[in-house]
Amino acid sequence: MTAALRFDPIRLPEKCEQLRKEVRAFLAEEIAAGTFDPNKPNREDTDAPEFSRRVGAKGWLGMTWPKKYGGQERSFLERYVVTEEMRVANAPTRRFFVADRQSGPVLLKYAPEHIKMDILPRICRGEICFAIGMSEPNSGSDLFAAKTRATKTDGGYLINGTKIWTSSAHIADYMIAIFRTSPPTKENRRHGLTQFLVKMKQPGIKVNPIGQITGQYEFNEVVFTDHFIPDDHVLGEVDGAWKQATSELAYERSGPERFLETYYVLTELVRAVGPNPDTRSAEGIGRLVAQLHTMRRMSVSVAGMLEAGKEPVVEASIVKDIGTVWEQQLPHRVRDLAAFVEETATNRETLERQLDFAIKTAPKLTIQGGTTEVLRGIIARGLGLR
Amino acid sequence: MAESDNIVVETAEKIFADLADPQTINNDKKNSWQAPLWQALSEAGLPLSWVPDDLGGSGASLADGFALLNAAGRFAVAVPLAETMLAGWLLAQARIASPEGEMTIVPAGPKDRISLDADGALSGRARGVPFAKAARHFAVLAHGKDGAVIALVDASKTRIESGLNVGYDHSDTVTLDKVQPITIKPAPKGLDQTILMLMGGVARSLQIAGALESMLDISVRYSNERVAFEKKISKFQAVQHNLARLAGESAAALAAATSAADAIANAKSFNDEVYLEAASAKIRCAEAAEKGGGIAHQVHGAIGFTMEHILHRYSLRALAWRDDFGSESYWAVELGKLIANRGADELWPLVASR
Repeated sequence: MTAALRFDPIRLPEKCEQLRKEVRAFLAEEIAAGTFDPNKPNREDTDAPEFSRRVGAKGWLGMTWPKKYGGQERSFLERYVVTEEMRVANAPTRRFFVADRQSGPVLLKYAPEHIKMDILPRICRGEICFAIGMSEPNSGSDLFAAKTRATKTDGGYLINGTKIWTSSAHIADYMIAIFRTSPPTKENRRHGLTQFLVKMKQPGIKVNPIGQITGQYEFNEVVFTDHFIPDDHVLGEVDGAWKQATSELAYERSGPERFLETYYVLTELVRAVGPNPDTRSAEGIGRLVAQLHTMRRMSVSVAGMLEAGKEPVVEASIVKDIGTVWEQQLPHRVRDLAAFVEETATNRETLERQLDFAIKTAPKLTIQGGTTEVLRGIIARGLGLR
Repeated sequence: MAESDNIVVETAEKIFADLADPQTINNDKKNSWQAPLWQALSEAGLPLSWVPDDLGGSGASLADGFALLNAAGRFAVAVPLAETMLAGWLLAQARIASPEGEMTIVPAGPKDRISLDADGALSGRARGVPFAKAARHFAVLAHGKDGAVIALVDASKTRIESGLNVGYDHSDTVTLDKVQPITIKPAPKGLDQTILMLMGGVARSLQIAGALESMLDISVRYSNERVAFEKKISKFQAVQHNLARLAGESAAALAAATSAADAIANAKSFNDEVYLEAASAKIRCAEAAEKGGGIAHQVHGAIGFTMEHILHRYSLRALAWRDDFGSESYWAVELGKLIANRGADELWPLVASR
């Protein structure tokens, strides 16, 4: 038999439901106070430092991490609940989301103790923002083609080169990036890259915003010119970043953010069709909800596997593949179904405005954080095809 | 669910491996495999898994029975195992003992209705009843003036117009014309035709998911054997990506079906959450049968289109199973109505309820 893919029917434990109530109550208060508008999905363009601190004060950042670093030692399933409630509410999570999801876990695993003690508690308090420095102008999906150099110098490294498509770099306090410390070898083209912690807003770093087709400025070009990074900011093995990259992917790829990005248009469609939909609308909504429910069950299942200490890399890639294709198609399906919605629907304007934004957002969803093509390559490897 | 973790599934898998090997069955033009397979399954008590000991069954849990159906799907088993299990389950709901032999469910679709008249006779027509031709008894859910009733009916007392579904299994039209049942009792409170259809739909979902697991398995194996353009076709990126999509469809079907089975096995009642699980499973598994089965055929090329190859045993059956106990279109409309009726702000709480 082919290596079996497992998606055991994990249920969220009771304590998650209590937590869910707390998160919903918190978000309702924030909405009432005018922190954000849940009907405006363009949260990526909104930096909300005060909101970030309040989420931190609730203990909802780094919540799975050890207490000595400011964490709560809670489960991945509890973190899952916080993440999905924030997503569905369109809360402005941009300032803390990357740090909480992946930068923190990388530091936990590879940073020296004094850096962990310095940075992790600040992530947990919602004070600092992280960016990820992977892509370069000539190195996107092909991560190992990265050319930005880290040249050894006294007490550290000098960085020269350019990272690109770097989300939040313009507000980030830190970046976790890969730089070339050695050329690739004949035997291993992945050799020679090293993971670094970069302190942003320092000499030798210039951040240039790049306009996106949504009209937002969310990603950037980051140019390094003789930027100095001290030795203790090396994360893990010099020249060995390739060994470190894969284990994080399961965290990055299977979360609710991988199918809920355009969810708001489905809610608004249900509102627009009203309590007595025609057959066409009912069937369309029924199918979309069945697909959504299935993906969420798969995603929760992966969270359960992570909680159990497994590394479900293939399963996580499947969640991201199916989830991102779905959230990409969703605005178009909703548009199809909304075509015959009564002109009198009270939320018609909201739905149209949301569709306009979601349709512009859609193309990026199957590109960011691992393209569909890369994911299918990983799944194929898991099936024993490569 | 590739490796069995319970005794019911282990027993079934051993019988399937010995007596329901797809290649052997496919080569056997006389269907001489059917009787020994059914006999072995019956001797192991599997068709009456969901019937308590005191009603003539083997009293397995709902969860074990669902896992058994998933295994049956992996072997594309073409005897009325699922049908007899569901019939036994339905009869047991009204504390009616199950007889020996093959049974099936009447009606097998949400729109057909059987009615009970004042003198205790059953009338009505049910289309697309799986394996009606092979069944000795029917478990019937009918509607009387005092509500739903459950009845055990002798198949020979009904008129059966024989038909075949796209998977070449019997899918027949059953007509009851003032038929006196062997036993008839009121259905327990809360059990109605919708719940019977959801149970049947989850059974079919698990079978489809099992068939897709096997389609993935044999497609991967074939791609690693077949050489074209001087290399194994598994080395072509286009083929790899197709198989990755098949893996995704197989995974989605398995996740949806096992989640729904788990929800029913642990449910206190058929509330909206369980309805969402069961309807979603049928919808998503039916979609996966189309998409995933299509890829399995594409990978196999012409050989997969032949009767002599086993692929069609899985692909066509998975497609046929979409139609039983309410198609995906039917359930999508019903689920859509439920969602609309609850209102936009109640959608997320429902989806996130488990």
